[in-house]
Amino acid sequence: MSIRLEHLNYIYSPGTAYEKHALKDICLEIPSGEFVGIIGHTGSGKSTLIQHFNGLVKATDGKLFYNGENIYEQGYDMRNLRNEVGLVFQYPEHQLFEIDVMTDVCFGPKNQGLSPEECKKRALEALRLVGLKEKYYHVSPFELSGGQKRRAAIAGVLAMRPKVLVLDEPTAGLDPKGRDDILDQVAYLHKQTDMTVILVSHSMEDIARYADRIIVMDHGEVMYNDEPKSVFAHYKELERAGLAAPQVTYIMHDLKEQGLPVDIDVTTVNEAADEIMKALGNRVSETSESEQMEKER
Amino acid sequence: MDMVRTEKLIFEYEKRDEDGNVTGTSRAIDEVDIEIKEGQFIAVLGHNGSGKSTLAKHLNAILVPTEGTVWVGGRDTKEPEELWNVRQAAGMVFQNPDNQIIGTVVEEDVGFGPENLGVPTDEIWQRVEDSLKSVGMLSYRHHSPNKLSGGQKQRVAIAGVVAMEPKCIVLDEPTAMLDPVGRKEVLKTVQKLREEKKVTVILITHYMEEVVDADRIYVMDHGKVVMEGTPKQIFSQVEKLKEYRLDVPQVTILADELRKRGLIIPRGILKKEELVRLIGGMAC
Repeated sequence: MSIRLEHLNYIYSPGTAYEKHALKDICLEIPSGEFVGIIGHTGSGKSTLIQHFNGLVKATDGKLFYNGENIYEQGYDMRNLRNEVGLVFQYPEHQLFEIDVMTDVCFGPKNQGLSPEECKKRALEALRLVGLKEKYYHVSPFELSGGQKRRAAIAGVLAMRPKVLVLDEPTAGLDPKGRDDILDQVAYLHKQTDMTVILVSHSMEDIARYADRIIVMDHGEVMYNDEPKSVFAHYKELERAGLAAPQVTYIMHDLKEQGLPVDIDVTTVNEAADEIMKALGNRVSETSESEQMEKER
Repeated sequence: MDMVRTEKLIFEYEKRDEDGNVTGTSRAIDEVDIEIKEGQFIAVLGHNGSGKSTLAKHLNAILVPTEGTVWVGGRDTKEPEELWNVRQAAGMVFQNPDNQIIGTVVEEDVGFGPENLGVPTDEIWQRVEDSLKSVGMLSYRHHSPNKLSGGQKQRVAIAGVVAMEPKCIVLDEPTAMLDPVGRKEVLKTVQKLREEKKVTVILITHYMEEVVDADRIYVMDHGKVVMEGTPKQIFSQVEKLKEYRLDVPQVTILADELRKRGLIIPRGILKKEELVRLIGGMAC
């Protein structure tokens, strides 16, 4: 159960003045059940890449295997792929259109050919998963706040019970609480259901906090594909590629430069606090020991 | 002198049914009094729907008050004859650069504003050059905007505003769609404009790290200003900020975490340099 890309290329408008080689020889694998973060500068190919995962954009050449089957093979069941790989676009709330939230969330399962009862059941389940309060189920989606709209839109994808959930900058423009709520909810889903999660984000802090592995895109190529620690250790290269490391990683580097023996492979606040306490603890006990010796002498 | 002043500003949206009849009103801004001096860097924080953007739209008369008054550069925005003066005094930059760029060539886009103001042609070119220089995009003047990165596009959008020589620039989440370097570029540009052109900057954002250098921060909730103070005063109140769905910079969270674990660290640490210096001091 995985998504595997082999030498995948994508060229926009080939043969015209606007030709753009958006993805260059991409080889990567996303095993089932993983929480993967994708980062990259604007225009690096992140969104183009994820639109390949459910066959929305067809590679110019190369192969994409979903659960071992090449999706570009003749007769491949694209419809099934789209049911299994749910894609939440940037600003998904722009796609809300129904008269009320419940009907909107039912739209996906309805198109899957499910009975009205089953649609409703799945919609309810999805709305609960995203934590949208019941009092909003029967109001127009356009009366919701930004964060609520976004949740309703994500519920619309979850109601199709995808095995892989791909989110393209799901927190852009949300306030900090809305940001944390949505990502915590996604992390919870990931734990509860073993769903594969692929998260595209410009927030290095968020990616560091949630992802097991990070894919870094740079000008259409995979620059790194590794665990967060190893990726953010390359913070200088990341900056050249339009990115950065989380703020705590910089703090650790500065402390190390000042001579404090801290591990610089730190990407979250808790890790940083532990590491600083450990380093200071050693240092403090070292000094007290030497003071002790001084006294004894 | 006051760049912007509001007095008991109230704004109400009308709710309408399908036939367009007014069915009620909802109050987006509720008796807001603010005072911004010329040359200041002011940040406005608040959750989605708190009224920040509605407030911003009052500063160049896209919206006018339902009740109360807004003065921009001493001019009442409600007076129809002041409209163009107000718009010239306060320029706006929005979230999505793609929605703000209309020209097919960078310099053409930047020239659009001054051209509309009736500036003589020679001066337009001078202004285009100056403002592109001030945002660090002069070498892209003949490029097509759609080939630029997000941060570059946003800087072109800022140049377009700068070319109109406003006294005040209002930026409504200008970095929400940008990558980390793009975000940095935009903030640096804004900082530079403050220093070189002494423009007043009003920045609305959801990124707490971006406002640590502000002269003053206003926090909005349900259309009201609920907190007001320097970054240090505001970010010392972590719990209260969380109630308003906001946050503090990551370095402030780390400082808090270390304090909880017994280190003696003051509240309201905003910059990594401060924290590094403090911890460095402890290790010696």
